[in-house]
Amino acid sequence: MAYFKLGDDCMTPAIKLHDLTVAYDRRPAVHHIKGDFPSGELTAITGPNGAGKSTLLKAIAGILPVFEGSIEFCGLTRKDMAYLPQAADLQTDFPISVLQMVTSGFWQTSNGFQKITSAQKEKAIEALRVAGLIGFDNRTLDSLSAGQFQRALFARVLVQDARLILLDEPFTSIDTATTEAFLDVIKLWHKEKRTVICVLHDFEQIKTNFTDCLLIARECIAWGKSQEVLSPENLLGARFFREVSHNKH
Amino acid sequence: MRRALVACITMATSAAPLGVFLVSRRMTLMGDAASHAILPGAALAFIISGVSLWPMTIGGLVAGLLMAVVAGVVTRITSLREDASFTAAYLTSLAIGVMIISIKGSTVDLLHVLFGNVLAVDNDSLKLINSITTVSLLTLAIIYRPLIMECFDSGFLKVQQGRGAIYHHLFLILVVLNLVASFQALGTLMAVGIMVLPAIATKFWTKSIDNAIGLSMLFGVVASITGLLLSYHYNLPSGPAIVLTASAWYLVSIFLGLSGGILIRFFPRKHFH
Repeated sequence: MAYFKLGDDCMTPAIKLHDLTVAYDRRPAVHHIKGDFPSGELTAITGPNGAGKSTLLKAIAGILPVFEGSIEFCGLTRKDMAYLPQAADLQTDFPISVLQMVTSGFWQTSNGFQKITSAQKEKAIEALRVAGLIGFDNRTLDSLSAGQFQRALFARVLVQDARLILLDEPFTSIDTATTEAFLDVIKLWHKEKRTVICVLHDFEQIKTNFTDCLLIARECIAWGKSQEVLSPENLLGARFFREVSHNKH
Repeated sequence: MRRALVACITMATSAAPLGVFLVSRRMTLMGDAASHAILPGAALAFIISGVSLWPMTIGGLVAGLLMAVVAGVVTRITSLREDASFTAAYLTSLAIGVMIISIKGSTVDLLHVLFGNVLAVDNDSLKLINSITTVSLLTLAIIYRPLIMECFDSGFLKVQQGRGAIYHHLFLILVVLNLVASFQALGTLMAVGIMVLPAIATKFWTKSIDNAIGLSMLFGVVASITGLLLSYHYNLPSGPAIVLTASAWYLVSIFLGLSGGILIRFFPRKHFH
């Protein structure tokens, strides 16, 4: 019924959604979505609260099961994916160091069992530098502020060097300067033809930095180029849609 | 006495790292529940074949794992929270166990099962304990990093390799295995003591899980040896003596611990610039 398909190298899209429904307890959070995420582009997923944005991202990442329909990955496997979760999903006071968390990003290559090489350690420290956390290697996670924790998570994604990058609200708790730094990294990823899918709330930010946008309110409201998708009519439609479906229950 | 010493040292070494994980994941209650749940299985085996090693061990293992599974399932398919579900499970199994022994056994039997009788550990028991602890330590070494990842960010493992729950289940099995190994010496009521108390004490000495594992083994072994010697020389029951020694160290750590202890607050070091 619900499954991942590995299509062969399709033309442009990186991911195809085939009539996708993801549900909690049979209540659909993502309802009958179909469409393509273009390969090598920056796609933002946005919509009102409870719209199913994180759920959709988690289903793509493989963390949540698909209820109906399927997700097709074109020329990509699980090994090519990096996922940035929301900090709220993690146990942030677990007694490991920042460096240990960031170097876990080498999981695919080190297989979770081999020793971390000094080259990998250097890469991790460099990633921390890009994320604005110089000298934080040996700090334990519980000593970090929300913003620092978020930046450390981003450093882990940097280290994974993935072709498909999924970011769930990466700018939460982060100041403007760091947000700009992260956006620069995302732009670099675009130049490197990596596919980036990012859940965001800030429409202006999306219009300025992201080529494509999926506006979702449980179902797909609009999907295409950001400027067209984030039109006032569509945004109003998203809000209206959500309030109507609230009344149904 | 020598056998008792060896048994306690190996049990402490093997159980302590698991205790560190239990504490870090806030699962100490579950560990406690598992140790009580072993009782009905061991009690049934005792009824059927007397105080005999293998039946009691297997009975205890089955009962412990069954309780963990039932409580986990109840949590998942009903709205009951995990702590309530485990508490209900372990109270039920403890009562069943005590009932069985009270009906069919003597008071001494009951005391031994509840509180342990480490001096009764014979060569066969020792071999069993040693095998369990060896397997446990090896397994833990192998799954160490995935287990840490599974505790801290279970989604990460799911993305990387499509499954993380197996490490959680393996961990639970190791916990029950170690509790079964220690219950002969410490009894079901306190088998979890040697697993959890040294680990709790390490919280006041270090913030890193790697250090905590080594330290907890050290604390556990020292507590076991000290407790055993005290019980031998002063004719005290061994199980409680060992656990009390571990508790004493825990209390000392609260005061003297270098990382979060109370006394160290009176000697503040200069802040960094």
